[in-house]
Amino acid sequence: MSDFILEMKNITKTFPGVRALDNVNFSVKRGEIHCLVGENGAGKSTLMKVLSGVYGYGTYEGDIVYNGEVQHFKGIADSEAKGIGIIYQELALIPELSVYENIFFGHEIVKGKVIDWNETIKRASEVLKKVRLDVDPSTKVKNFGVGTQQLIEIAKALSKDVKLLILDEPTASLNEDDSENLLKLIKELKNQGVTCIMISHKLREVIEIADTLTVLRDGATICSLDATKDKITEAEIIKHMVGREINNIYPVRQEKKIGDVVFEVKDWTVEDPKKGREILHHVDLKVRKGEIVGLQGLMGAGRTEFALSVFGNTPGYKITSGEVFMDGKQVRPKSPRQAINEGIAYVSEDRKGNGLILIQDIKYNNTIANLDALIDKVVINENEEINVGNYYKDSINIKAPSIEQKVGNLSGGNQQKVQLAKWMFVHPKVLILDEPTRGIDVGAKYEIYTLMNRLVEEGMSIIMISSELPEVLGMSDRLYVMSEGTITGELTREEATEEKVMALAIKGTKER
Amino acid sequence: MAEINETAVEEKVGLGKELLTLAKKNLRDYMMYIVLIVIIAFFTSRTDGKFITALNISNLFNQAAYVAVLAIGMTLILILRQIDLSVGYVAGFSGAIAAILLEKVGLPVGLVIPLVLIVGLLIGLYQGVLVTRVGVPAFVATLAGMFIFRGLLGVTTSKLGGTIVIKDEIFIALNNGFIPDFGGAHNVHIVTMIIGIIGACMVVYSQIKARRNKEKYNFKVVSLPIFITMLILISAVIMIIVTVLARWKGIPWSAVIVGVILLAYNFMLNKTKLGRYIYGIGGNDQAAELSGVNVKNVILFAFCSMGTLAALAGMLYSSRLSSATPSAGAAFEMDAIASSYIGGVAVSGGVGKVTNTIIGTLVIVSLTNGMNLMGVDTFMQYVVKGIIFILAVAFDVRTRRNG
Repeated sequence: MSDFILEMKNITKTFPGVRALDNVNFSVKRGEIHCLVGENGAGKSTLMKVLSGVYGYGTYEGDIVYNGEVQHFKGIADSEAKGIGIIYQELALIPELSVYENIFFGHEIVKGKVIDWNETIKRASEVLKKVRLDVDPSTKVKNFGVGTQQLIEIAKALSKDVKLLILDEPTASLNEDDSENLLKLIKELKNQGVTCIMISHKLREVIEIADTLTVLRDGATICSLDATKDKITEAEIIKHMVGREINNIYPVRQEKKIGDVVFEVKDWTVEDPKKGREILHHVDLKVRKGEIVGLQGLMGAGRTEFALSVFGNTPGYKITSGEVFMDGKQVRPKSPRQAINEGIAYVSEDRKGNGLILIQDIKYNNTIANLDALIDKVVINENEEINVGNYYKDSINIKAPSIEQKVGNLSGGNQQKVQLAKWMFVHPKVLILDEPTRGIDVGAKYEIYTLMNRLVEEGMSIIMISSELPEVLGMSDRLYVMSEGTITGELTREEATEEKVMALAIKGTKER
Repeated sequence: MAEINETAVEEKVGLGKELLTLAKKNLRDYMMYIVLIVIIAFFTSRTDGKFITALNISNLFNQAAYVAVLAIGMTLILILRQIDLSVGYVAGFSGAIAAILLEKVGLPVGLVIPLVLIVGLLIGLYQGVLVTRVGVPAFVATLAGMFIFRGLLGVTTSKLGGTIVIKDEIFIALNNGFIPDFGGAHNVHIVTMIIGIIGACMVVYSQIKARRNKEKYNFKVVSLPIFITMLILISAVIMIIVTVLARWKGIPWSAVIVGVILLAYNFMLNKTKLGRYIYGIGGNDQAAELSGVNVKNVILFAFCSMGTLAALAGMLYSSRLSSATPSAGAAFEMDAIASSYIGGVAVSGGVGKVTNTIIGTLVIVSLTNGMNLMGVDTFMQYVVKGIIFILAVAFDVRTRRNG
């Protein structure tokens, strides 16, 4: 018997018009942490769906050999029965149910015909201990942040006695602390004999954790690297991923012309009536013309809440004090429309949830926030709309067959570009970008950074909210660090280091 | 995953293959036309041709009018992922108010119609405010409305002895009369023919214009032979219906009223900001809101429009019966909702066209009309309509998932 727990041999999977996987070979050793990297569209998720039986036996060519036997999985239930567990990027927990109900959802512990709740709670506590989660199992899941929910998902997988755990971008929506925690846990699971396959875009994590690393590109295996022997660098992985070398992850701006203060917020204090407490305390922030200002902080520090409360306050917070100035003139936008009219634009962190209208096409999404620019009396000038769509498609390189393509069919990077196109067409003075590169691949990230530089060179100002420290440090002219709703520090590009920023980001947490 | 390669379908491929691809891609859009044709063919053969006589087609239009008006309003509501269950009794109640104002108060018809439309608008406003400002889910707000207006209909009519007979000729002509012709009697209704020809020309012209536009921007268009065949087919259908009508009494007023409303709503949905916003909110209301759309006001508008159209539908119905009765409006909402869904409004919202909703209405009303001609029991008719409805939605859900 080989020491491979899994060997996927010559897997080919085609969809109408596209070959998603082309003779992919993928072998995972028993008890290792195997990272799978590649750009979006490289075929990682498709490969995992073949493995877990989402694309069942017969819909692909090639063999899946698991524990030395060729497997014919017809669905997830089959692969689960053999001890393969998969955790998707989008969490699949039910918010209104308790932790223990969630953990045993779908494979309830029964005594006779009824659920044995006592045993359920006992077993739930046991698996929670395994993932080092010290919570009351009867708490509803909705009360926890994404980090904890991620751990609950893993606990759920462990409760099914999983031997091979697949994690699809587990840290994509986690802050640095939670990510760290999760990676530590994956290492512990390895020591307990669980094999892990992790898909990730965060190369630093990959290097930190991987025993073996497989790179996919355009549906084919490019290489498998043994990380236990050689030291692998980020540059090396990127080279394999994109097929060319990217020397600068962060493009350099040609000329910096930073002008006067365009946008200023003073003493911004906000209360969330749903939580019944203050979520932002006396925030002061200013942005100059042609400047990229980073807004860094841990998940839950209040950065998105800050942006939304300024951008017309859609969540319905109570703004207890504070003033907003545009070009020195005080404004008080009460709706996104008013904020847009004042020259503020907000690009959402959640492009699928509240950024884009996925069932509509590119040109629709491109123009929706500024239809006034296309109106002849009352009628929308559709020719002009097409011109606008095509202009932005070419200008920022949106990859799609035409502007009549539905946005839901685009890759993450291209969706993000459509979001940017939409707000560029509004011609704002201040563009707030909330996690602009979340979940998109290296190549597309570079394009987004380049675009950001172009926009500020043209005189726009950008506030960049991001949880990725290197990105904030690499792109910002100046940055603010936020913790628990308070600005804990302001650093220039020259002053900022990872250590300083992290210290400020956790400052509030320690003092209180 | 890479995008499905659409350019694979190039113009180079044969005509037959293109037809096949077209059929596959647009099966959802064509399906209801096919269903309608099958239904018409079925009833025609089962009633020895009675179904497609001029008398019956006029009759069918008159029967369809109130459902069509409701269904157009309902389409907006459903695209927005809302629902309005109260429309039936709002219609019934409005019809009763019209009858009372005409016959008991003695107001002229020219005043009664706008007054009743305003009553409908206010009812819509009330329900819209409940939904958008108070935050009551539409299902609950309009279910309550169903109780209230059913009750009000009963209260008003029963005080006046149940059925209120309407004698006003203009009002009755709304849903029983035909458009006038040039003086004297002809074998053929000339105005009808002229309208038919103009209508067909306009359809052809707009199609050619749309095609030109698409070509200008290098978008894919169907090949010329197929395009011409489609144009001929469409104009042929229009001309056949018009000719049949013209050889009898001409176009009924009800068809004119529905036609005007249809054009207005179609224009609004496709060409104006408001229309864009309606689709946007239906697709993703949060994204629409963050794009600067006043989501609440758009939904409020849709309820106001629904209320007004329900009032119009109520007047058409009472015109048709020449009376207002305590039972008017029962189950109208069912036909309106079914019409919209059969016409392709997505169950998940954000998708739908009023022009297709009209086809859905014709499907529903043809079923009623044809089964009446065949003498099918009324309750059995509900069963049949229910089955067609669920088949249509099931088909829609499946094809959307695959597409």
